[in-house]
This record gives sequence, structure tokens and C-alpha cells, in this order.
Amino acid sequence: MLLEVDNINVYYGAIHAIKGISFHVEEGEIVTLIGANGAGKTTTLNTISGLLRSKTGDVKFHDRSITHIPAHSVVKEGLALVPEGRRIFLQMTVEENLEMGAFSRSNAEIAGSLEQVYELFPRLEERRRQIAGTLSGGEQQMLAMGRALMSKPKLMMLDEPSMGLAPILVEQVFDIIRSLHKAGTTILLVEQNAQMALSIADRAYVLENGHISLSGTGKELAQSEQVRKAYLGG
Amino acid sequence: MKFLAYLISGISLGSVYAIIALGYTMVYGIAKMLNFAHGDVIMIGGYISFIAANYLGLPTLVSVIVAMAVCTILGVVIEGLAYRPLRSAPSLAVLITAIGVSYLLQNSALLIWGANPKSYTPVVSGTLHLFDGQLTISYVSLLTIVACIVIMIALTLFTGRTKMGKAMRACSEDKGAAQLMGINVNRTISLTFAIGSALAAIAGALLCSFSPTLMPTTGSMPGIKAFTAAVFGGIGSIPGAFLGGILLGVIESLARGYISTQLSNSIVFAVLIVVLLVRPAGLLGKYVPEKV
Repeated sequence: MLLEVDNINVYYGAIHAIKGISFHVEEGEIVTLIGANGAGKTTTLNTISGLLRSKTGDVKFHDRSITHIPAHSVVKEGLALVPEGRRIFLQMTVEENLEMGAFSRSNAEIAGSLEQVYELFPRLEERRRQIAGTLSGGEQQMLAMGRALMSKPKLMMLDEPSMGLAPILVEQVFDIIRSLHKAGTTILLVEQNAQMALSIADRAYVLENGHISLSGTGKELAQSEQVRKAYLGG
Repeated sequence: MKFLAYLISGISLGSVYAIIALGYTMVYGIAKMLNFAHGDVIMIGGYISFIAANYLGLPTLVSVIVAMAVCTILGVVIEGLAYRPLRSAPSLAVLITAIGVSYLLQNSALLIWGANPKSYTPVVSGTLHLFDGQLTISYVSLLTIVACIVIMIALTLFTGRTKMGKAMRACSEDKGAAQLMGINVNRTISLTFAIGSALAAIAGALLCSFSPTLMPTTGSMPGIKAFTAAVFGGIGSIPGAFLGGILLGVIESLARGYISTQLSNSIVFAVLIVVLLVRPAGLLGKYVPEKV
């Protein structure tokens, strides 16, 4: 098993945001977490990446516990997060953002990865010297994904990559996710756009008020009455 | 010729402010806190270089380097013991702690070195006479201006070209995202304090070379003025600290020369108030509206 999340509980002060969530991701899968606003999707990803701490339970990556290692060391284990709202460094150039993505790697390795990312996102190469804050929303999402790729992750977690993008750009983002997956990256995807997410996912979990209410293959959930009513608009 | 003399003395005074202001602005940029103890690190730097030169008999340059090393360690220790535990505390708690650290340093200096002012030996002596002696510039002034320019260039290259410098900028923009990149935020903040404190030691030696009375409160007023300079230029901005420092020094020097020595500080702060009314984020600062 590549990632195993076992009974995590996360609090924001007195608020119990994640109530005993367990799930797993196998190598080579696309797994998605869907759910309404405030269900705990982002909190779950932030806990896996070490930005938040769980009070109980364990997160294992490659059968090694990563529950207590600091966030800046998690990425070295091969786990990258494309955070909600992209959070690229707006005052730095495109290329500097990408360099930061490979912070824990040596300069020699960076050059090769930079080429790969530019191949995948030719737009970023055109704008490499541009300040990231001047990019369009779609380009910023590409940069956020490219930046995460710079760490050569085995598992890439994406938090709402379609947020705020025009439909045509959403298609493009999902195409890229597919091609990353084909190239061998395992994907854990959090989405509010349940339809799109379920269409590419091998398996999916539905989050509701901090716990998992439903799970199954992407296809099963896309056809489930409960999911259709709640997340797919009937 | 008088004007030129005032201008040059203003630029060199401003250079000291700029070097101190860099410490305030870099720390603010990354840790979003006002380190009010920064001025007192200058004073400690002054004492250390004084002791190294006068009691241990070390050459001037070596004594300044010793002071830099001591201040670097002091800055990192202050950050680690006093500020790091408060990383997620309300900013008021951090501010009060900084004021507490400032008094701790001043009173420790009082305890160790006493209240009697020490007479500091300038790092360089002598003056340059130009235009048949109509214009005199002290070598300390020239050295200060050169030091400030060298420091500015070095810092610009560091933050723009090196991996750690870029990591510093990344941390000042978004600490969470920086952590996701694998950047150790605590270590980066320590590094920032280290650089700021090493610069404070240089500033201490230069400052005491201008006005050679060294006592435990020596760092207070220059500290506040340099903080003002940092806000004036736009806090968080490195070129802003440079510009703010120089302008503040020049305004102070011209006010002292043409208007009144007693009023010079009031005039400096009056100018600051006017500038902030027009440009709330300072001269080079970017006004970033809070996202809700």
C-alpha cells in the first residue's frame, strides 16, 4: 500500500474537524475524496502533508509512519501537495517557483526536472522570467502542478485543482492529471466537481461532516443514488 | 559647500540607519514581527567590539568580526528562546516579548559594563580635505557609505540568486506553501535573525565611531530611527530600507544644519507622518489588501 490513513482525528481548537477517517491509496491508482464545502477534504490533505497534526491514529507512506515528521520533510518522502488556492509564490518568477518546488533536491537534478515540466507545460517555459502573480488563473494552476512535480513525487495530492477555472481549463487540468497518472504518478484528488473527479478515479470516498460516509469505485459512486442526489445534481 | 557637507554627513548617517533598518525589515518580512530588541543588539555589538579592541588588543577589523559572531549567536538565541515559542501566538504577545527582550539586553549591559559611558575608539580616524579644505569628510563617513553599498549589493544578490535567499522570499510570502516545498521555515527564520544581527554588529561599530560614547542605552534611539526608516521605505522591502535609511539621514542632517539641532528629530518624525498619510505602505512598500 502506498498511502494508508488510519483513524485520524483533527481539531481546530474546540472544533472536531476530522472524526476518525481511515482510507488508503494503492500504487498506481487515482483516488478521489469528494464532499461538500467544510466536509474536511482539505483538512485531510493538510494532515497527510504534515501542515496539520492528528491527535490520534497514523499516516503511513510506503509502510513508514509519517505522522510525526515535520511538513518540510514529508515532501522528501515522495509526497507532494498542490494546495487549495494554488498558493504559488506570487512575487517570485515562474522559474523561481519551480526551483522552490525542488528545494530538497540537488541543483544537478533540478535541471532535468525543469526540462520535463516545461515539456508538459510549454506555456510556463514561455513565461519563465515573468512574475507569477501576473499569470492567469489557469496558468497559475499549471505552475502549482509543475512546482509539485519538481519534487519528483510518487504520490501527488491535488486540492481542488479545478477551482475558479473556466470549463475548458478544467478539461485541460484533468487531461494533465491523466497524463501524470499514465507516466506513473499515483494521484490523490480532492474535488468539489464530483462528476469530473469520479470520471477519472479508480476509487472514491465521500466525506461528510468529517467522516467517510461512502466508498467504492469511481463508477459505482457515480451511479449511486445517494451521491447523484447530493453531489451530482440529481 | 555647506549644503554638500550636510548632504554627505546625512548620507553617511543614513547609511547607518539603512544597515540597521535592514535587520528590522528582513525580520518583519519573514516573521511578521517587529523585533524591538534589534536596537539593543547594536549596543551589544558596540560593547563587544570595544572590549575586543581595547581589552584584548585585537585589530579593529578582527574586533568587528568578533562582534558580528557574538551578535549572530545572540540573535539566533533570542529568536529561538523568546520568539519561536510564540510563532502562533497573537502578534501583541510577540511585540511585548520583544520589548521585554530589549529591556533584558539593556539591563544586562548595565549589570556587566556599568552605567559609565565608555569612550569608543573610531574604527578609522582622520578626515579627507577637499576644495582647499572647504569640504571635510571623515573617513568614518566614507567607510560607512561604502559598507552600506556593499551590504546592499550582497543582500540583493543573496535573496535574488541563492537557493537559501529565494527560500527566504518564499517563506515571507507563504510559510505553509514554503513548507510544502521542503523548506524548513524555522531554520530560515533563524538565518534571517543571524544576518540581521551580524549587520547590527557592523552598525554598532560604525555608530560608535560617529558618536563615541557607548552606554547601555546607545542602541535605543538609532534603533527607533532605523525602524522609522524601514517603515518610511516600506517595511518588508530591502531596497525600501536602504532608501528610507538614506532619506531619513539626509532629512535629519539638513534639518539640523538649516533649522535647529533640537528640532531635528521632531522634523524627521513629522516627515514620516506626512509620508505615511500619503503612502500608508511606505515609499516602496506594496499595499496588499487583506483577503477575506
